Amino acid sequence: MNNSPVGQDSWPDALYDKLRSMDISLFTYVPDAGHSVMIERALADPAATTVPLATEEEGVSLLAGAHLGGTRGALLMQSSGVGNCINMLSLTNIGRFPLLSIVSMRGDYGEQNPWQFPMGQGAQPCLEAMGTICQRIETPDEVLPAAEAAVNMAYRSDQSVALLLSQRLIGAKPF
Amino acid sequence: MAASQPAARAQTSFTLDRGEAVPAVVGDPDHFLIIAGLSWSAKDVGKLTGEAPNAFLMGGAMGGAITMALGLALAQPERAVLAVFGDGECLMNAGSLSTVGCTQPANLAMLCVDNGTYGETGNQLTHTAGNADLEMIARGCGIDRTLTVHSEDQYADAATLLRKDGAPRFVLLRVSDAAPPAYARNFDAVERKTLFRRALLG
Repeated sequence: MNNSPVGQDSWPDALYDKLRSMDISLFTYVPDAGHSVMIERALADPAATTVPLATEEEGVSLLAGAHLGGTRGALLMQSSGVGNCINMLSLTNIGRFPLLSIVSMRGDYGEQNPWQFPMGQGAQPCLEAMGTICQRIETPDEVLPAAEAAVNMAYRSDQSVALLLSQRLIGAKPF
Repeated sequence: MAASQPAARAQTSFTLDRGEAVPAVVGDPDHFLIIAGLSWSAKDVGKLTGEAPNAFLMGGAMGGAITMALGLALAQPERAVLAVFGDGECLMNAGSLSTVGCTQPANLAMLCVDNGTYGETGNQLTHTAGNADLEMIARGCGIDRTLTVHSEDQYADAATLLRKDGAPRFVLLRVSDAAPPAYARNFDAVERKTLFRRALLG
């Protein structure tokens, strides 16, 4: 597949196109600025289904149900939402359900809101403790190869995989 | 202790027998793809279906049954999907009713087996034994087709509502705190997932 380098501004569109090219059609999310392009693309895509969630853990079980029905999806969330998913990842883990999570990091490189640090720094250890494989992305060039790898690990090998989009990639929000 | 704290093992006013009520309201389980919440709801559905491949039973992940059924309903729009779960499960993730209400899946029915207690942990009271009314919460979330069942003469109406597609439906079945029929269920989620998918997807 074409994983040629993408620019600092174009990686969100390229990531969406990559996921769609690999048959990801169900996008569940709690909004975050880091996911705004992906969410807008999904909402405008007549062949995609979007489900806004009240809390991130709903997406974990929703995507397990979608897998029972033969549909591939992704869970888009901020790192703070990882904490809301922990027990629901029991379902993913014990049932060996595929799960693709795309996590926009806060409490990370250049963060200016101190409240974001506890869960931001805790996100990866929590995910790993519950059996999710984390791939951290720091630069635009890494986005497409990592996304392709993650989709294959999730949907061909029944793994729970999270792409952690660092604040070095998405930029730190000013306060 | 505050005066409003309910006694841990006070009785609810609910009287229906779940072993009779759940089969009466679900009817032929082969009509549905079924997701059952953990604990006693899983036993209800296990006993009713004999764990046929059209049923997936939770054994944990409390609060996930409604959205798991929603995901299945979105993936299989031509099939009727039924979520069966307890009041404790529903209260733990009541926000998922708002996600259903916003998504409006035409093919999703929900059956809340409400005994007002956490049965498996010793029948401690849930909030539905107090002031929480899950039918009103469902309606407030935009689920317009709802019914609370208090007596046997409502079973037929409830069964009809669960089968009436076009919009999400929510039936609150108020049962006593008596245990469900004995049933030794399969806890192997990988096996159950694989059987479910093979039967549905080929």
